[in-house]
Amino acid sequence: MLYIDPHIHMVSRTTDDYQRMALAGCVAITEPAFWAGFDRSSPQGFFDYFRQLTEFEPKRAANYGIQHYTWMCINPKEAEDIGLAREVMSFIPDFLKLPTVLGIGEIGLNKNSKNELIIFEEHVALAAHHEQLILVHTPHLEDKRKGTLLIMDALANNPAIEPGRVLIDHVEEHTVGMVLDRGFWAGMTLYPETKCTPQRAADIIETFGHERIWINSAGDWGPCDPLSVPKTQLEMKRRGHTPETISKISFGNPRNFLSQCSKFNVDG
Amino acid sequence: MPHPDASCPMTYEQAIEAYFMEHRAKLIDVAAFLDRLERTSENKSDDFRMIAFRSALEVLGDGEPDRARRLLELFSDFSTEPIDTAPMKGALGAMPLDPS
Ligand SMILES: [Zn+2]
Repeated sequence: MLYIDPHIHMVSRTTDDYQRMALAGCVAITEPAFWAGFDRSSPQGFFDYFRQLTEFEPKRAANYGIQHYTWMCINPKEAEDIGLAREVMSFIPDFLKLPTVLGIGEIGLNKNSKNELIIFEEHVALAAHHEQLILVHTPHLEDKRKGTLLIMDALANNPAIEPGRVLIDHVEEHTVGMVLDRGFWAGMTLYPETKCTPQRAADIIETFGHERIWINSAGDWGPCDPLSVPKTQLEMKRRGHTPETISKISFGNPRNFLSQCSKFNVDG
Repeated sequence: MPHPDASCPMTYEQAIEAYFMEHRAKLIDVAAFLDRLERTSENKSDDFRMIAFRSALEVLGDGEPDRARRLLELFSDFSTEPIDTAPMKGALGAMPLDPS
């Protein structure tokens, strides 16, 4: 069965992973800009990272028949330094014009600090000004609930933002309902240790339905599984969910959300 | 809000067949972890994470629904204002006890 992994950090993955994902049915991925596991020392470090996301990764993915799209931002873990964050944001508009850039992401909060929130709001304003889709990272563990609420309030404070054009990622059982109730899209990240498992993702779909929700691996440099989307397809199949429902969660829904940006073009 | 017709397509028996062994093992992992803590050199009972952990065990046994949501909430920060500065990048998994 075909699938889209709408949130994976391929700069941290090997070419073998591209091959394994292609063999498992992956036809497209979207790669948000994120924290590389260490702090970059200058805006130039981000500039080069954005070039890697827009120039190099699409070619690496194309070798395996996978379409590669990306998102631009300075991530919340490096947004505590407001001066640095604003310098990086100053060259994002040029990247937004490129053919594989779908929007602003993954922006959000990490420790729910004042500076993180300021930079989040400035990214939201940037997205509104350039009519971009938004992909939101929510904090981990004890910080997730509070951060998700602060993020949704900040989004609601900007009248130019339509909730249907914002995906709030890394939801779990205590945040998925509030995200969907407020009209946003919800992303479930299948990540060992700190986030959600394929079984819990299937539970959440059974409990909250399959509208405005997607699954992703958020594969990166930590312990993670770049095949967790097809593994969730398998888990749902094992339980007796229909092929239509499984395809909707892993292909149709991400395609519908992402196709709100005219640059995204993936055939079913 | 949970979906009005929330259900798992499996029968009760099928779900037990599929998941019992895995979760039996996870439960024994929890028991062995608690035993391990008792064997450590400075056996204390007041770490904020373990206080939350013990409350979580009570939730598992209370027979009420929405256990996963309630456990996650038990480990969550319920304050509402942004903090002044981020003290670190990571997270601890539970909320430190309020000193007041
Ligand atoms: Zn990510």
